[in-house]
Amino acid sequence: MARNKRAIPEINAGSMADIAFLLLIFYLVTTTMDTDKGINRKLPPYDEELVQDPPPIKERNIFTVLVNSNDQLLVEDEYLEISQLREKAMEFIDNNGDGSCEHCKGYGMSNSSDNPDKAVISLQNDRGTSYGMYVKVQNELVAAYEDLRDQLAERDYGRSYREMDSEEDEEIIKEIKTAYPQKISEAEPLNIGG
Amino acid sequence: MAVIKKKKDKGLPAVNTSALPDIVFMLLFFFMVATVMREVDLKVAVSKPQATEIQKLERKSLVTYIYAGSPRQKYQDKFGKAARIQLNDAFASIDDVQAFVIQEREAKSEEERPMMTMSIKADKTVKMGLITDIKLQLRKAQALKINYSSLQPKNVEALYSTEN
Repeated sequence: MARNKRAIPEINAGSMADIAFLLLIFYLVTTTMDTDKGINRKLPPYDEELVQDPPPIKERNIFTVLVNSNDQLLVEDEYLEISQLREKAMEFIDNNGDGSCEHCKGYGMSNSSDNPDKAVISLQNDRGTSYGMYVKVQNELVAAYEDLRDQLAERDYGRSYREMDSEEDEEIIKEIKTAYPQKISEAEPLNIGG
Repeated sequence: MAVIKKKKDKGLPAVNTSALPDIVFMLLFFFMVATVMREVDLKVAVSKPQATEIQKLERKSLVTYIYAGSPRQKYQDKFGKAARIQLNDAFASIDDVQAFVIQEREAKSEEERPMMTMSIKADKTVKMGLITDIKLQLRKAQALKINYSSLQPKNVEALYSTEN
């Protein structure tokens, strides 16, 4: 029985690399790496019957943003460039007209919002407005809120709000969010230049 | 000594490639973990708008996509150039959106349903009329968490330029 003493011949693993390459190439072709990012928004629930009497809001507490079918902006009855929108919106939210907001640094103008809690941004666009413009306007309005929250976080905690961790700093984020609640309302679009 | 001489006659020994599969497997695992399967074959051309206040969509399994844009070159003979909606792998009309969302929601488990996010991937040239119609359908289907898919601009100037 001399044969039993001989070692079992090794399995040829030369083609292992070929198989692995094949799988690798399959994955390279069928998968993508792009990460999905975007602006998160919440839609209002759909109501069959239109709300009869919407709660009255004082004119001064509404910041109207209109976008026409040529992608032009009309903000508070004034033509504006998209690059100016953020600053205008921040001035409006942070105005602190009734002096009840302690963390606000606004000018307290009589024709602008009472406090961030009451301030509402109303956005209305045309059916002919381009989606790119719409996203830009949304972006600027969200950025206005985020900038204000950033400033508050910087003053109170010496840190940037945008860089806070959603789990670790849950309490702080909650507090800052209540200090500047995001109130962007969207009206049904017009159909003028459709 | 004779043995050594014999070996020299054979020329260079073959390079040891036994570690090659290991390396390739490592690459393979990297790609398996870091990438996701391509879900659909895009039939509409989508050039995403740019925005800075964007958030990452965390759990891919909770995200449902709605594409909107003008049909790509090879579909234009059949479907024209007007902006259209794409759901899964096919063109769809606005009336299909609600049923699609409900069907997608049914496919998810009970506890995941409230966290479902609709990602709107639309071309920046699409008119808001179409997007508004989609949004109305989403509201009717009670899918209220939405995400406007956008790209981070390379610089801030690009965001404010009038060209795009």
